[in-house]
Amino acid sequence: MLEVLKQIDYSPFLLTFKLAIITTLFLFLIGLPIAYFLAYSKFRLKSAIEAAVALPLVLPPSVLGFYLLLITSKNGFLGKLWQEYFGHQLAFHFEGIVLASIIFSFPFMVHPLTAGFRSINKSLIEASYTLGKSKLETVFRVILPNMKPAILTGITLSFAHTIGEFGVVLMVGGSIEGETKVVSIAIYDAVEKIDYTTAHVYSAILFGISFFVLLVVYMLNKRFEVR
Amino acid sequence: MIVVRVKKELIGPKGKFNLEVDFKVEKGEFLTIFGRSGSGKTTILRMIAGLEKPDEGYIEFDGKVYFDSSKKINIPPQKRNVGFVFQNYALFPNMTVFENVAFALDKKKKENIEKVEEVLKLVELYNLKDRYPSSLSGGQQQRVALARAIIKNPDILLLDEPLSALDYSIRIRLQDELKKIHKMFNLTTLLVSHDKPEVFKLSDRVIYLEDGKIRKVGTPREVFIGKSISGKFSFYGTVLDIRKSDTVKIVTVDINGNLVEVITTTEDLNIGDEVLVGAKAFNPIIKKIN
Ligand SMILES: Nc1ncnc2c1ncn2[C@@H]1O[C@H](COP(=O)(O)OP(=O)(O)OP(=O)(O)O)[C@@H](O)[C@H]1O
Ligand SMILES: [Mg+2]
Repeated sequence: MLEVLKQIDYSPFLLTFKLAIITTLFLFLIGLPIAYFLAYSKFRLKSAIEAAVALPLVLPPSVLGFYLLLITSKNGFLGKLWQEYFGHQLAFHFEGIVLASIIFSFPFMVHPLTAGFRSINKSLIEASYTLGKSKLETVFRVILPNMKPAILTGITLSFAHTIGEFGVVLMVGGSIEGETKVVSIAIYDAVEKIDYTTAHVYSAILFGISFFVLLVVYMLNKRFEVR
Repeated sequence: MIVVRVKKELIGPKGKFNLEVDFKVEKGEFLTIFGRSGSGKTTILRMIAGLEKPDEGYIEFDGKVYFDSSKKINIPPQKRNVGFVFQNYALFPNMTVFENVAFALDKKKKENIEKVEEVLKLVELYNLKDRYPSSLSGGQQQRVALARAIIKNPDILLLDEPLSALDYSIRIRLQDELKKIHKMFNLTTLLVSHDKPEVFKLSDRVIYLEDGKIRKVGTPREVFIGKSISGKFSFYGTVLDIRKSDTVKIVTVDINGNLVEVITTTEDLNIGDEVLVGAKAFNPIIKKIN
């Protein structure tokens, strides 16, 4: 048994976590200002932006993956630019699947953050202004510390969703060993090759990790509530 | 001196109406805005603080122009030196009592820590300084909000019904405290209240606001009692019940929780009316009740 476990290649996990961590980090940084805008702005075309943000929820991953592939390949406009600056196209490379994951998981970060911003009582923000604090300082000292559960939810959902994605990554990244072959794809590969042992081990580990991540979130959220 | 001359269209339950006021607050004065719910009291405070923009008008603090629609001047709330106590206190749940008050000052300087402690002692909160707002009573939260609003020595302290959510005995104590603080710092104060005894107790002058317009200004006595009665013995109350008895009526009146029955022949009295109960021709006796 132990022998079998030792023989399995665990590098897809490393790749998967690298992808999930980088994706989540970018999503958080991009998602914050967008969620702030969606929560507080009275801009008339806001609904259009909200719809665009939610689009990955309803689009089949293959549709999203197809468009992303067109953009990121050698002839796509992003792929071309990337080729000029970095010497290789975006598609079928790690950077490509990071971009794809960011877009695919966008609503999973932006929706909880928007809800979090909206949950903050307006008078807290106004109190901070009358106490002389700028909008930016108010965000960091008043708003964000009081929406920790929303931040945690956004981060976890994005992280977990990135770990679990399959279609988009396959379309944009292919299945290149050590570059774009994440666990979910590795499982598919193993099954195709009738290597059920590997598929079993990968699946069990992914199952356990996903459950553990969600468990931690719910436990932390409970602690926030108590206060 | 603070000059306020503003106009803003508001949307009330009965449709649009104009909030249009023009008044001044003298340095060190305690001015109260009194008026029914929806008359625009909160909106006036918010316009002074810069949280709401008047449609047109002019706001000036000791010669500094904060708002002038004709010159397109609108100083943001951060740059107006006001202390604002919100109706719901608006304490930051993520900060302790100490941190809430210290938030008003610049980052931790030595003398600032001392200043915060001093103010906390003044409002008798020093022992609670490490507690979070959610674990405080309403009265305590109110005092934290007050401490936070006054620590920067604002040019004007704006209080939006700060005591209305509290029960009677706490309210009386906090009124005393407000008065003490007002005297101590000679703090120009603008209070919103719809509690007449409170207005009498605290204010030098009162503005009676009705549907966005100033109906009366003056001392509480001038505004509420007017010149219709010359006796010294009179109370405000609300009619609770009217019974007919022969040619007269027996009216039950609630005067701040005390019920009295008065006999009258006045015709157009209805339940719910605000009335003045007074006596002209006898000397009331006053007795201390412990
Ligand atoms: N920005 C705004 N635009 C239009 N209408 C507004 C605006 N802000 C408030 N109103 C309306 O103006 C009216 C007066 O509001 P305001 O909060 O000033 O009343 P208030 O006198 O403080 O009442 P209360 O005693 O209930 O607190 C309300 O009917 C409110 O709905
Ligand atoms: Mg109000």
